[in-house]
Amino acid sequence: MSENGIISKIAGPLVIADNMRGCEMYELVKVGEERLMGETIRLDGDLAYIQVYEDTTGLKPGEPVLRTGAPLSAELGPGIITNFYDGVQRPLDAIRERAGDYITRGVEVPALDRERQWDFTPTAEEGKQVEGGDVLGTVQESKVITHKIMVPPGVSGKLVEIKGGKHRVIDTIALIETEDGMKELTMIQRWPVRIGRPYKEKLDPEVPLLTGQRIYDTFFPMAKGGAGAIPGGFGTGKTVSQHQLAKWSDAQVVVYVGCGERGNEMTEVLDTFPELDDPTTGEKLMERSVLIANTSNMPVAAREASIYTGITLAEYYRDMGYDVSLMADSTSRWAEALREVSGRLEEMPGEEGYPAYLATRLADFYERTGRVRVLGSREEYGSVSVVGAVSPPGGDLSEPVSQNTLRVVSVFWALDSTLADRRHFPAINWLRSYSLYLEPLTPWFEKNAPPGFMDQRNRMMAILQKESELQEIVQLVGADALPERERVLLDVARMVREDFLQQNAYHPVDSYCPLEKQYLMANVILRFYDKADEALDAGIGIDKIESLPVKDEIARMKYVPGEEFRARYEEIIKHMDEQFGSLEA
Amino acid sequence: MASAEVSTREYTAVTEVAGPLIVVEGVEGVAYGEVVRINLASGETRMGQVLEARSGIAVVQVFEGTRGIDTDQTKVRFTGDIMRIGVSREMVGRFFDGLGRPIDGAPPIIPEKKLDINGAAINPTSRAYPNEFIQTGISTIDGMNTLVRGQKLPIFSGAGMPHNELAAQIARQAKVLGSEEPFSVVFAAMGITHEDASFFMRDFERTGALERIVAFINLADDPAIERIITPRMALTTAEYLAFECDMHVLVILTDMTNYCEALREISAAREEVPGRRGYPGYMYTDLSTIYERAGRIRGKKGSITQIPILSMPDDDITHPIPDLTGYITEGQFVLSRNLHRRGIYPPVDVLPSLSRLMDEGIGPGRTREDHAGVANQLYAAYAEGRDMRDLVAVVGEEALTERDRRYLEFADRYEREFVTQGPDEDRTIFQTLDLGWELLSMLPEGELKRIDEEIIKKYHPKYRSK
Repeated sequence: MSENGIISKIAGPLVIADNMRGCEMYELVKVGEERLMGETIRLDGDLAYIQVYEDTTGLKPGEPVLRTGAPLSAELGPGIITNFYDGVQRPLDAIRERAGDYITRGVEVPALDRERQWDFTPTAEEGKQVEGGDVLGTVQESKVITHKIMVPPGVSGKLVEIKGGKHRVIDTIALIETEDGMKELTMIQRWPVRIGRPYKEKLDPEVPLLTGQRIYDTFFPMAKGGAGAIPGGFGTGKTVSQHQLAKWSDAQVVVYVGCGERGNEMTEVLDTFPELDDPTTGEKLMERSVLIANTSNMPVAAREASIYTGITLAEYYRDMGYDVSLMADSTSRWAEALREVSGRLEEMPGEEGYPAYLATRLADFYERTGRVRVLGSREEYGSVSVVGAVSPPGGDLSEPVSQNTLRVVSVFWALDSTLADRRHFPAINWLRSYSLYLEPLTPWFEKNAPPGFMDQRNRMMAILQKESELQEIVQLVGADALPERERVLLDVARMVREDFLQQNAYHPVDSYCPLEKQYLMANVILRFYDKADEALDAGIGIDKIESLPVKDEIARMKYVPGEEFRARYEEIIKHMDEQFGSLEA
Repeated sequence: MASAEVSTREYTAVTEVAGPLIVVEGVEGVAYGEVVRINLASGETRMGQVLEARSGIAVVQVFEGTRGIDTDQTKVRFTGDIMRIGVSREMVGRFFDGLGRPIDGAPPIIPEKKLDINGAAINPTSRAYPNEFIQTGISTIDGMNTLVRGQKLPIFSGAGMPHNELAAQIARQAKVLGSEEPFSVVFAAMGITHEDASFFMRDFERTGALERIVAFINLADDPAIERIITPRMALTTAEYLAFECDMHVLVILTDMTNYCEALREISAAREEVPGRRGYPGYMYTDLSTIYERAGRIRGKKGSITQIPILSMPDDDITHPIPDLTGYITEGQFVLSRNLHRRGIYPPVDVLPSLSRLMDEGIGPGRTREDHAGVANQLYAAYAEGRDMRDLVAVVGEEALTERDRRYLEFADRYEREFVTQGPDEDRTIFQTLDLGWELLSMLPEGELKRIDEEIIKKYHPKYRSK
């Protein structure tokens, strides 16, 4: 295995090497004198086709290719949280220290800091039997994350020795007597990124992933362990939506994968996460986040690997019993990387030049989500939820990446450029979006949300549906020609759209809306509708209803902080009742 | 090992010429991306670059075209080096061709450094987030789609629209409030007409901007493949000026459509699997290696702001070139033929236009506290007004309610007073915002839902005059 291959051809990110017989598919290799990282993606006799994770300019035929005998793997252990990696898990901070402001080639930096000392507190007892997934002890990884050091999957036996105290990640912390002899364990596990980590059992989604965003939580809820997609053309707010989800969703660990997107966007995440307060823990958001960035101008093959690296890290924290959410922005860039490499391999293209295996790869990725009973002898549950942004060319959802994604995800948040043009944000089209979790999550909402939460949601949805029908008539004859009852509905629908669905991500209060506030806001609007209907019954003209001053109060209620909201709600209701009461026919 | 490949090697075995590509056989030790000099039988020398390196075979793209290259006498010399440009502070005020050779008759540049034109990706941890407001003096930009230092913000235009005038006006008027820092413009022209090029030159000359300009010019009749190199030459120079000479650099790239055409030409010649409309599947990645070279770096004084110009074929914003560009750049200015036809300059259609970095660049201390609210409200009101216009076309103005009529009038006045301004009119941001308030005061106060109440009380003309 120590024998080296020889480069025989270089074309962009693809290198073909000779003398590689015996090399495995997806084996990690080091290419050329500079030992650039690469991975074999096709084997043909003595030839191996290698996708290289770094820029190949300057490589020459004849340079050596070194085999490592191992697949591309993620390094798992304390030090992941608060870190910032590239697509193949190299810490970008450490690269900067070594190579300066630009990312140069051939920089080898381990994913986990080898020098840092961690305080390891054993929880397992010496002399007991342990199996893969069992917790040996804990390390306080960040202010909010307690990192569980687990027995790697596939290892079992008698725990002979366990050493607490200060250790580096490479120090031996436990000895296990297995059937094949004594095994030394450190705090590091390695896991091949393209293979899902094992679990005991997959469960149905029955707990929502609350996001503090009204259109998601109330209208199209996401489940813990669920899979969702946000497709939209440029400028429709995919990235802001992803940032909002990463910031406010009630997962314990957030993995944010910036896949082939803008450098400045990643810088924004990097600047804001350490500053933002996490509403659930009160600490900074960064204390529970890990970022992976492979910006569009970084090597394309590493972009392909980045989402696998991301989900492997997510699964690792799931195995500790955490609810993890992963944001992938954008999966279209990942698919394009796949297409680019496939093109260089001269494979027969499928639709729009994408390889025929695009659908399988996407399905494989999204199937790694789920709420599971974790491996090991304890009864603990964890989940990985994924929200993937999709960037369809020209905003046209009939393209292959969107279509194949929609087949495997259960939540579809459709971004709409007409809404974005009018600065209706989040620009999610309420008529085209859906959540298949609405059914399975209903019992949870009935139990945990204020009574009537789902009924209110359904009523608002019906109002919006009816509005879109009426709009067609308005387009033809004008609003004045409609009966008064329908004009009231149009007015209320506008309230739902502007005062409920629109949510300002940049406003300090409105950015996050707790579930109870969402419920009360909906309640105010629907109460207005009922009152207006009653007023019409009493023969009161629509002009009077439309000009009630309480409408301004409703318009501004979203800016009232969650803790004061209950009081404000009572006030608005009082004003509304008074004003309607004073109307006369 | 380092010294082994210094010598250049020369071969005569050109075995195939196809479009812009030549295939050379019997070569040894050729590196991917290596620069090649081609000596023609006529004595002419051309430049090329290795696109594919195999044992014994190299595929080379020739920048100046393959006309006159034969498979018999043409000599190909591999230089052992990748594509570089010699840069120097002295380049400011000079003109170069698309491959970086001086064309202004002045002596050649004595380089302070030779830099790889492909650059390298800026480490995201090294980037500083752009947040310094650039005042362009144009209301639709400053007020509605604010440009900030280190941003990349393209102009999506179409044939026959005044994108050049707009770009020149931005280059002329752009300034950061309260700062007198060294500022330069790097101008890269790819396949533009002689007329367009001389428009820019005349304009730079007229306004005395010439001494702070570095221009790389590839005209429409210059070799198409050269256009692959031109923006990279320009950006490498810009990076040098920004991050080593502490200058604030505005890079204007025009016309990116021609660049993409050249990319497609090479891809077709290599018989690659085409993506949408025949453009190569890697066009997104390729464009990103140009656009992503804008930005700021922590601890460095300078910055690179990019304004690429591209003409949308048939005004189609979903065409792959504007589409992929929009996915990489931080927003876009979209010019509208409809506004242009009605004689409105600059014909910026604010609805599809966007500046993604606006929120960081505006507000108290940068522009004014009411900026975000005013911009948002103007957007919403104008969008509503435009809807009313469509409605009126069907049902007539009589069917509108009083509220609707107000919006209709708002949209008209917005276009006439806010959008319209002279090519030399330089409005301050405060003038722009006040103009916005004046228009918004046409609407009932209850309609101004996007603006905080205190802000309304402070800035609404109704309260201010008291």
